[in-house]
Amino acid sequence: MRSKALGRLIGASLIGFATALTALTAWAAEPIRIGSVLSVTGPAAFLGEPELKTLQLYIERINAQGGVIGRKLELVHYDDGSVAGKANAFTKRLIESDKVDLIVGGTTTGSTMAMVPLVEAARIPFISLAGAVVVVEPVKKWVFKTPHTDRMAAEKVFEDMKKRGITKVALLSETSGFGQSGRKETLASAPKYGIEIVADETYGPKDTDVTAQLTNIRNTPGVQALFVFGFGQGPAIVTKNYGQLGMKLPMYQSHGVASEEYIKLSGPAANGVRLPAAAVVVADKLPQEDPQREVVVAYKKAYEERYKEPISTFGGHAYDGLMIAVDAIKRAGSTDKEKVRAAIESTRNYMGTGGLVNMSPKDHMGLDLTAFRMLEIRNGDWVLVD
Amino acid sequence: MSGAERYYGLAVLVLVLAALPLALPNAYYYDIAIRVLINAVVAIGLNLLIGYAGQISLGHAGFFGIGAYSSAILTSHFGWRPGLALVAGAAATALIAFAVARPILRLRGHYLAMATLGLGIIISIVILNEARYTGGPDGMAVPPFALLGWQLVGERLWYWTMAPLLVLVTWGALNLIDAPAGRALQAIHGSEIAARVAGVHTSRLKTRIFVLSAAITSMMGSLMAHYLGFITPDVAGFFHSIELVTMVVLGGMASVFGSIVGAAILTLLPQLLATFEGWETVAFGLILVLTMIFMPRGLVPSLRLWLLRT
Amino acid sequence: MLAEFIQFLFSGITIGSIYALAALGFGIIYNASGVINFAQGEFIMLGGMSAVVLTAAGLPLPLAILVAVAVVAVVGLLLEKLAIEPARNADIVALIIITIGVSLVLRGLVQVLFGKNTRALPAFSGEQALHLLGATILPQSLWVLGTTVVIVAALAWFFGRTRFGKGMLATSYNRLAAQLVGINTRRILLAAFGLSAVLGAVGGILITPITYTSYDAGIMLGLKGFVAATVGGLGSGVGAIVGGLLLGITEAMTAGYVSSAYKDAVAFVLILLVLFFMPRGLFGAKVSERV
Repeated sequence: MRSKALGRLIGASLIGFATALTALTAWAAEPIRIGSVLSVTGPAAFLGEPELKTLQLYIERINAQGGVIGRKLELVHYDDGSVAGKANAFTKRLIESDKVDLIVGGTTTGSTMAMVPLVEAARIPFISLAGAVVVVEPVKKWVFKTPHTDRMAAEKVFEDMKKRGITKVALLSETSGFGQSGRKETLASAPKYGIEIVADETYGPKDTDVTAQLTNIRNTPGVQALFVFGFGQGPAIVTKNYGQLGMKLPMYQSHGVASEEYIKLSGPAANGVRLPAAAVVVADKLPQEDPQREVVVAYKKAYEERYKEPISTFGGHAYDGLMIAVDAIKRAGSTDKEKVRAAIESTRNYMGTGGLVNMSPKDHMGLDLTAFRMLEIRNGDWVLVD
Repeated sequence: MSGAERYYGLAVLVLVLAALPLALPNAYYYDIAIRVLINAVVAIGLNLLIGYAGQISLGHAGFFGIGAYSSAILTSHFGWRPGLALVAGAAATALIAFAVARPILRLRGHYLAMATLGLGIIISIVILNEARYTGGPDGMAVPPFALLGWQLVGERLWYWTMAPLLVLVTWGALNLIDAPAGRALQAIHGSEIAARVAGVHTSRLKTRIFVLSAAITSMMGSLMAHYLGFITPDVAGFFHSIELVTMVVLGGMASVFGSIVGAAILTLLPQLLATFEGWETVAFGLILVLTMIFMPRGLVPSLRLWLLRT
Repeated sequence: MLAEFIQFLFSGITIGSIYALAALGFGIIYNASGVINFAQGEFIMLGGMSAVVLTAAGLPLPLAILVAVAVVAVVGLLLEKLAIEPARNADIVALIIITIGVSLVLRGLVQVLFGKNTRALPAFSGEQALHLLGATILPQSLWVLGTTVVIVAALAWFFGRTRFGKGMLATSYNRLAAQLVGINTRRILLAAFGLSAVLGAVGGILITPITYTSYDAGIMLGLKGFVAATVGGLGSGVGAIVGGLLLGITEAMTAGYVSSAYKDAVAFVLILLVLFFMPRGLFGAKVSERV
């Protein structure tokens, strides 16, 4: 009798132990889910597509090297088609249905701002890939970003204009969130550099013709240069129309066009255009002593080898976002959302494709102006003009 | 539809709505259900116009947008109370609808379709361009709905608010159809000249139903804005207008329960096809074409006829 | 000042020609059947899109254009056979919904097969802008204007001198009478759709080098074409052309002098005004309704 009871006890314990072990292994093997909403199609396609490709490439690489804190990374992504409303809906799905641990995404300012209320309510870390300063100003507890701000872009452009003696500038901004924020920052920063905005026109992100606006700008008395604030397809059409109208004013763009696609879509009219961009676009041309050179050249090599197409700053933003997130998880030692958030906030001396990142509770972006370079497009290629 | 059938239908609706939460595993599914409820109310309102009064409207999303953005702008930028903003939005919509009703409803067929379409598109263009107030193409955030200090936040609360609302609207619509006004409406659909000859004050009735439908749509727009916490100009866009018409056509013109079914199917469809975006448009188009060719009465009436025959 | 005005005038006439072609397409179908084809805009988009895809696949431009027009013509014929004919006896609302449905199907298929990005065609004879009267005009605009004039002349000859064309006109005046004198009205209807599709496609191909095309370019073009047709008087050839040019110029002037953002609203404000005060349009025939 006793041996039977003992046997049953041993059997039960063995089963219990095996179950616990299985559960433990299952838990240990539970992947880290990284959610992402990107604009892979639509007017922001040449921003979102390289972002997605970069995330996929590097998650694959990290997993091949053993993952993060012993767990594999899993990417759950949706395409918002450059429509902010969809970004909102997909974020809800990521949080409630897919149960992701953190989110890296929000290609455009519009999409990001649509995701912010949900992210804050659900208390999940969110690293945005959008440009406007409104994303991190005022600082939101759970929201961070990797690209330079539009304010920095305006200041960099004005710096260069001042050097060339330009004082009267026409502004052509997009009605998107990024363009509007850029317009606001431009109007606010111009007086500091002694520059007067003599024309203030707008265009829609899906417009296919801006000749009316450009004609008005051309006829503005005293205008010396044109500053275009937009991203993706819009500025390419502006550039094309600009060439068609035979305009000769110096043209400046924002960092929303820092991709070979912009040059391709604009055609020969893009030559002579100047824009501020992250150094990654001119990786090979950086001097050897440049502290960023190692990171950007490595990224360029890996991306171009895999996808056989030139890199853009946008893919670089996604790279930085992923790496900062992964580093934060390592430092936090878990995917506990508050711990990861705190770890992201205390990122120090991280050298990314965008520059050196030092985050703090007051600064959820961490970049300074030195990481931004002034480029000019010559013969269909980028040239440093710092 | 006889009185017994009507109450039977209402009872089924109440039962389904009460039992549904048991089948909803998480907030994401509640979210879909809430969207269905809101769309169903709009569809019922639109059906009164299209199905019963026989007046097509390809611009109803415009009214939805006015409601949504009135609420968003008044609460966000001017600090109004959400309940007041909702009423203000509905009032503004009703005013606009009333102003254009006379000249528009004099038109017929494709002229009427084009006029309503034009109105809807003008509204959506204004919303898109007045970026300073509306946030432009990227939209704007909306504070949560609150009434007398009580905040309507969270999927479960929204579900239990919208479900009784749908039952109420359904009951109201069913009663309206059977009332003298409702019968007069249907007479207009049958033949407007004949109705007028019989003494029905056609233009007054058409105007009233147009304004009522617009006001209902506006209020639902306001609620949707508060629920989502964020709205974009495409809620007032042409495609949304088409979606609403498709719900009515598929479910069954002149069938209140048909509108609910149509709204349910067409709210679920984009969720199922989330990863196949273009196919969603194709599916909508096919539904419209095939329904009008093979089942012009719509799903619920055709089903009902088939059941009665067998 | 004058140079500015001329610049806006040029772009207005250019886009106005496309609206005129679309309006003619609407009118032809309306005359043959009383149906308003809401898918007309997609014919325009398909013309441009097909040409883009074919040139991208390696076909030389002139061949791509011919094939594209042929493809869209076939689509038009299929539309009539598969969607309009089965619903021959349906009421107006049903027919409107059907053509809207077809436009959605076409748009969705293009989106799925060719993506959502904006595409361009190379300009027929280069991008070098010409200077005329102080304004710049693209050579492509001259192509648009020239081709439109040729097409209008061809249509006038077709309807006025050929037997089939006259048969089409007869059908539009009185369908029953036309059938009684032996005109095959069903074939006329089929031809009407095919012809409209061709007009739309040509317009789309002509304008794509200037305004680019994408899966949703058809919506606005179609709607504005309808506005042009209504302004000019549904069913009237002269009305379609006048309406198209009027709309194009008004749009360009609004964009230049008032606000470029509200350019698109012009067409819809115009149609509301016309429908409220002058529903027959400028050259439209008097309509009496049988009860």
